[in-house]
Amino acid sequence: MNRLLAHFDLPYATFRLTVDLDEPMSGITALFGPSGSGKTTLLRCLAGLERAPNGFLQFGDALWQDETKNLCLPLYARPIGYVFQEPRLFPHLNVRSNLLYGYTRIPAETRRIAIEQVVDILGIDRLLNRRIHKLSGGEQQRVAIGRALLTSPKLLLMDEPLASLDIQRKQELLPFIRRFHRELQIPVIYVSHAITEILQLADRVVLLKDGRTVGAGAVNQMLTSRQFRGQAGSQRVGAVFDVRVAKHDTQYGLTQLEFNGHSLFVPIQAVAVEQSVRVHILSRDVSIVVGRSTAPTSVLNVLDATIVEIREIDQSSVDLLLDIGAPLVASITRKSLVTLGLKPGQRVCAQIKSVALNEELME
Amino acid sequence: MGALTDLDLSALWVSIRLATMTVVTLLIVGTPLAWWLAHTKSRWRPIVEATVALPIVLPPTVLGFYLLVALGPYGPLGRLADLSLAFTFTGLVIASVFYSMPFVIQPLQSAFEAVGKAPLEAAWSLRASKMDAFFTVISPIALRGYISAIVLGFAHTMGEFGVVLMVGGSIPGQTRVLSTTIFEHVEVMEYAQAHTVSASLLIFSFLVLLAVYVTNRRFPIHVS
Repeated sequence: MNRLLAHFDLPYATFRLTVDLDEPMSGITALFGPSGSGKTTLLRCLAGLERAPNGFLQFGDALWQDETKNLCLPLYARPIGYVFQEPRLFPHLNVRSNLLYGYTRIPAETRRIAIEQVVDILGIDRLLNRRIHKLSGGEQQRVAIGRALLTSPKLLLMDEPLASLDIQRKQELLPFIRRFHRELQIPVIYVSHAITEILQLADRVVLLKDGRTVGAGAVNQMLTSRQFRGQAGSQRVGAVFDVRVAKHDTQYGLTQLEFNGHSLFVPIQAVAVEQSVRVHILSRDVSIVVGRSTAPTSVLNVLDATIVEIREIDQSSVDLLLDIGAPLVASITRKSLVTLGLKPGQRVCAQIKSVALNEELME
Repeated sequence: MGALTDLDLSALWVSIRLATMTVVTLLIVGTPLAWWLAHTKSRWRPIVEATVALPIVLPPTVLGFYLLVALGPYGPLGRLADLSLAFTFTGLVIASVFYSMPFVIQPLQSAFEAVGKAPLEAAWSLRASKMDAFFTVISPIALRGYISAIVLGFAHTMGEFGVVLMVGGSIPGQTRVLSTTIFEHVEVMEYAQAHTVSASLLIFSFLVLLAVYVTNRRFPIHVS
């Protein structure tokens, strides 16, 4: 597995980017943070479109920038695919020629991705002979992704590729991104300030704030972290888990999901057994019961948990970071905290009232 | 209105050769300059822009005078060539390049500004080197700018008079162009002949412009 090692210090008049990264490059790494936190600037530094005076960047064994040696490879010499916020297709070429532009410029023996494959994954076969200005925004962005993939990149950078699209087009495009990633195994760095995209796509998250990295780690670690709560507001905080579909119970209309030795029951899903899906559990949907998990309750999903940390949120509420073999967050009232006498290290039961599956996450 | 004489025809040929060489030279020299002007943040930019625009406002005689001095046997350009370039065809091309410069540079600069850096970065991300990206992405998108630059540069050189007279004299077959031919005819009261040449130039210019606008309309550049 390649690691990405980066150091940038880029002073602007009103903003300074100071970043140190040492990240494993597999799956989708999201650069997450509010507007103006430096996500796009960092991505442009990784691509070589901005040059930090004392920058250093290494991808696997390949050195891309080392200012002590006055080395900075231009973008066209780096095996990078770049999907910009706007599609940036070439207006004088049709869809096919746009797709082939990069493909014909790499040596034949380095082509790992075939045109048919990309056309199939992105569903653009009937667009091939169209002119660019005849395409919708979503179609243009799909062609832009295809064009980047056809350079067989070792790393794909995506700068809020869904930002300029309406909600319907976003939903249309997200499955394509998941699919090409699953089928082509290219590590992706994905810039976004939309929490729903992080929930659906990210395997790892790098948190940015005011031009600095304030945290980095696996998606469920980061989502349940203190820093993340500070950025995302209270609504969306929770935990995500990649779970396995264990079986379908047609009698009660339930699907059983398994992860870390736990079972979760959700309304029956049209997903094949053994397939992996991602679930999201909002912190406000988790409540705490002190005592044995055998106590009768109407809630189906009750998990044994240990309280790891108690976080002050405001006058009336606190967050509990729980360990269920993976991190989970529960939002409870301060009054309940005191009444139940909850302490770090205590063993409790977490009752989960609602579980959102991947496909529902966009709402 | 009589026919064009051999002398008139040789002047037409000189005019066409002059305009073609001037435009070709300006496209080669002007493209990097226009690109620089379109994207630089240098504080020298307004100074260069003003210099390029000078021939629009200067009387041709002013430009012609200094070019004559520069191209003469003791001028810097004349000394560089080790002979006087004044009253030669080469001297005329050099003078025309200066005189027609804004008419080629300015449309190119506007075109490059309109294209911006976005398509260039996209081309780089698809493994195109700088030159490759320029020729396969930037210049096709800026095609309209190139057509304007070529037409304006060509037509403007065809029509120049003052600079040509100052720098080139009016040596038949070498530096006598159509515009100076008309002047010579009028000087010796050959009004009918002056009319023939004038009308030819008028019709020629109109046809060139018409052809350009028609092709431009028929093959529009799609920039969505």
